[in-house]
Amino acid sequence: MKDMLSKQAVGLKPSGIRKFFDLVSEMDDAISLGVGEPDFDTPWHIRDEGIYSLEKGRTFYTSNAGLKELKEEICKYTERKQGVKYDPVHEVLVTVGGSEAIDVGMRAVINPGDEILIPQPSFVSYEPCAIMAGGVPVIIELKAENEFRLTAKELEDAITDKTKLLVLPFPNNPTGAIMEKKDLEEIAAVIREHDILVMSDEIYAELTYKEKHVSITQIEGMQERTILINGFSKAFAMTGWRLGYACGPRPILEQMLKLHQFAIMCAPTTSQYAAVEALKNGDDDVAEMRTAYNQRRRYLMNAFREMKLECFEPFGAFYIFPCIKEFGLTSEEFAERLLEEEKVAVVPGTAFGDCGEGFLRISYAYSLENLKLAIGKIGAFIQRLREHK
Amino acid sequence: MREELLAIIERNSRIDLKELAVILGAEEIDVVNELQALEDEGIICGYHTMIDWEKTSIEKVSALIEVRVTPQRGQGFDNIAERIYKYPEVTSVYLISGGYDLLVTLEGKSLKAISGFVSDKLSTLESVLSTATHFILKKYKDHGTILAKKYEDTREKVTP
Repeated sequence: MKDMLSKQAVGLKPSGIRKFFDLVSEMDDAISLGVGEPDFDTPWHIRDEGIYSLEKGRTFYTSNAGLKELKEEICKYTERKQGVKYDPVHEVLVTVGGSEAIDVGMRAVINPGDEILIPQPSFVSYEPCAIMAGGVPVIIELKAENEFRLTAKELEDAITDKTKLLVLPFPNNPTGAIMEKKDLEEIAAVIREHDILVMSDEIYAELTYKEKHVSITQIEGMQERTILINGFSKAFAMTGWRLGYACGPRPILEQMLKLHQFAIMCAPTTSQYAAVEALKNGDDDVAEMRTAYNQRRRYLMNAFREMKLECFEPFGAFYIFPCIKEFGLTSEEFAERLLEEEKVAVVPGTAFGDCGEGFLRISYAYSLENLKLAIGKIGAFIQRLREHK
Repeated sequence: MREELLAIIERNSRIDLKELAVILGAEEIDVVNELQALEDEGIICGYHTMIDWEKTSIEKVSALIEVRVTPQRGQGFDNIAERIYKYPEVTSVYLISGGYDLLVTLEGKSLKAISGFVSDKLSTLESVLSTATHFILKKYKDHGTILAKKYEDTREKVTP
């Protein structure tokens, strides 16, 4: 059969993570610092609620937008955490992970040829989703000297009269960067002036280690033009439950709901019941996990300082993004050799955009014992590289 | 710092001081001073080791004993509790609300040793009205630590 495949799908670059994953999985005894998900099990009371819902026979579809009770809890949570109000009936959509919200959110607002600003390094899905939505991704290369924050100048320079949407991926995977209130206020002025939309992916909102996370929706005039994306994976250690959500202006959410309805029907029912419990009684679990991540973050930062590895101090998510330019290797070469020689897996920064070249993503979603073991090996590797220079 | 410090060493009292300071984001000297203060105030009462004796060849039997007693005028339960906790084979004594008064945990070499203790020493105390002894058959979880299973990382090795 001729022309069996979609040119657009074929044209998408495969994820850089995938390639590295294949290398690592061939090795049984590798220590990995390459994981983008919590090491904690989902807190038991949340799992128990999921089990209970199965026992009660709650095994049917929910309404397309999600359980009423869950949408209400999401609104209470967003108000409790960020002081931002949403209408649970018209302004909330429960999705299959934050990832689905990214996809349907883009497809709901993009017309052919619209430009979508994507700051990188960032999560692997934004660019392909933008392309599949018919948009034109425009990459903003974030800089180490700005601690990988997005500046008003960088934003201003990237805007054209075709710009429709800015993706705002903070706290950031892979850099661990955050945007503080003043950073957000500066870019918000530019966003309002040029009248563009924002997709704010705040999946790591609960995991910040400086001040409490500030959402762009808290800045004046921004809620009405922002699709807020969040979910349960990172905050409540619920990656496998595949549950996220979007909040935003009613006209946009109506279109997102339609796309979600035709593609997905509804998010998994068991997960939705468990998520209600997470939002009602999970604050203490989140605080406990945050404390543990912060301890590991301090441990790793200190270890890198002692190794004299250049690295800005990240205050969000569970990643550290050290610079390896001094060794004269590409990120991929460095990561591959580290894997071959020391059996430690980290992810090359380039998996998150070309401007991740010269950096590595190191995840601290691991026990201290595990981190210690890995750090010892990374230290030995770096020393060897320095000696042979 | 105090609360976080206690939470860490409650799980791992052998943690290296320097590392403790690093993960708390504090100076080592401040951590040392804080530990000293916690010991002086009697908040840190000891640094013990958790042992799963089941896995050794050493025979040990533990039991929980419910004890009903007559409180004494002016002393309440303190006097009788003291008489009980002074026995070295007694590992803990709690005053309990509900159907009985004291919960005593006991460790002995054999069933016989424990029943001997209960019948000869505990029951014969003047203010003890009755006892009920429960032998522990298997410990699944103790001091917040699951003994039955080891943690296994079942995540994929690399994910976005």
